[in-house]
Amino acid sequence: MPTSTPIDIRALTKRFGAITAVENVTFSAQPGRVTGFLGPNGAGKTTTLRVLLGLARATSGTATFGGTAYAALDDPARRVGASLSSDVFHPGRSGRDHLRVLQIAAGLDAERVEAVLRRVGMSDAADRRVGGYSLGMRQRLGLAAALLGDPGVLVLDEPINGLDPAGITWMRVFLRELAAEGRTILLSSHVLSEVAQTVDDVVVIARGRIVMTGALDDLAAGVEARVRVDAADRAALSATLTAAGARIDTPDHGHLVATGLDADAVGRAALAAGIPLTLLAPLGDDLESIFLRLTADDAAATDTTTDASSAFAGEVAA
Amino acid sequence: MRALGRAVHAELLRVFSLRTWWILAVVLGLYVAVTAGGFAFFVSSSELNGPGPLPAEVAAPLVYSSTTSVALVVPLLFGALLATSEYRWRTLTPTLLAQPRRVVVLAGRLIVALVLGALYGVIGAVVSVAAGAPVLAAFGTDPLLAEPEVLGLLARTVLACALWSLLGLGLGALLTSQIAAIVIVLVFTQFVEPILRIVAGAAEWSAEAARYLPGAATDSLVGAGILASIGQLDPTVPGVIEPLTRLEGGLVLAVLSLALVALAAATTLRRDVD
Repeated sequence: MPTSTPIDIRALTKRFGAITAVENVTFSAQPGRVTGFLGPNGAGKTTTLRVLLGLARATSGTATFGGTAYAALDDPARRVGASLSSDVFHPGRSGRDHLRVLQIAAGLDAERVEAVLRRVGMSDAADRRVGGYSLGMRQRLGLAAALLGDPGVLVLDEPINGLDPAGITWMRVFLRELAAEGRTILLSSHVLSEVAQTVDDVVVIARGRIVMTGALDDLAAGVEARVRVDAADRAALSATLTAAGARIDTPDHGHLVATGLDADAVGRAALAAGIPLTLLAPLGDDLESIFLRLTADDAAATDTTTDASSAFAGEVAA
Repeated sequence: MRALGRAVHAELLRVFSLRTWWILAVVLGLYVAVTAGGFAFFVSSSELNGPGPLPAEVAAPLVYSSTTSVALVVPLLFGALLATSEYRWRTLTPTLLAQPRRVVVLAGRLIVALVLGALYGVIGAVVSVAAGAPVLAAFGTDPLLAEPEVLGLLARTVLACALWSLLGLGLGALLTSQIAAIVIVLVFTQFVEPILRIVAGAAEWSAEAARYLPGAATDSLVGAGILASIGQLDPTVPGVIEPLTRLEGGLVLAVLSLALVALAAATTLRRDVD
């Protein structure tokens, strides 16, 4: 059984010249759990992981494995396995040779190469050149490389990106298995729905800052209900719902959006006021839309979700 | 020490698991065979309007130095590709995860650059003798194969190739861009340096400075070379500046290579990897 340590990121800031890619990021990932590190492309996920693995230097703050930086670990490959991209292979080298080079450099047993190839189901393709691999095969080869040292901690950047549905299912089952073995697994993704069935905990990052950390279930909890609603007499409806405690967004076109009441409460309030509704539709409480609101770019969020998003982000931050 | 041993072993596998190294070996072999055979004919035949037949003590070293006269571009290119391949294909990320101490990775690569460069030198030396000696003998010039001076020259050819591979490594490690490294290697060895060495003869100061060009230093180290011999072959070329000694030639190459590697270690090697 490999020794697992938590991943600890504290007040991490990384600047590239004038651009702040990651600002004051703090979170941890625990052994035996799959932690999803989620955010849109460019939010700072990969930068954070690169600093964690010693490939880039932090401007300030720390990123460690139970208090020890990657480069300072005694035998890093036996403690931590990582796959940061499906694009880190020489196309002219076979999959097996790619793994052998790393196995030798890390001082691991030669048998590990065959073991990890079997584990990711790549034994048959191992002697072909990587240039002929599909994206799914490259993802598996990257995972095999991460597993070479049988590490207790796995760091995977977008491991599901570009996989077909069968590949996603395979990866999901595989990662759950690895977590069940007691390993600490941190995986990043820009699509929550891809990993929602895989992760236990989520860390949401947007524009270089953490906007939420907690269990996956917490993501759905505490979110204000939003309902799309309309009536012939908009002014009356608006006044009624505001009186009932909702905030109303009145777009230039389209329907009203009431925040703070669910569809049931909106319907009852309209009925009590004698306003016939022409529309009553609960809005996006699925995880993906919550995630999108959490991570929405301020500049892009010109639609009715702006208020709700900033209100929610404020709540989470507080 | 054990980490360095592993780094060297891994680096050797990294080289031998690709086709580049033997394609370069074939190119070098063909190039040297044609050059050595052609020179041998040129310096020993009396049928051409060439300088021949030259005395064996001049002709044989000229033929056996074909590798360093024309084919140093191969070990140079090898070293440059070795240094830049990991940037080109982004394999530096897994490499540095397996061995986070970047200096160890670089040291392993440096040793492998020397070893493979020497291997190219051995191939060049063997081919230059195999292609040149029979031609010399056929035209009645003694191929001097038993001469210690000739054997020494072949050994110094091997050393020169190893140093040029190191030079390529330093250049590549500093540039990191594979395209830029290839272009500079080809343009410098095929155009810039030969032209500089020829035009430098026009003035005394430039001729003195040109002795420190890598190719000129190599001819000094090896003890013979086509460009270095132009003065001896053509009496119209004005008085030749005394070349560097063998030791000086070797030191110029070694210092230049190591300076590039050290500069790369202090700059590009410390950068963030993406």
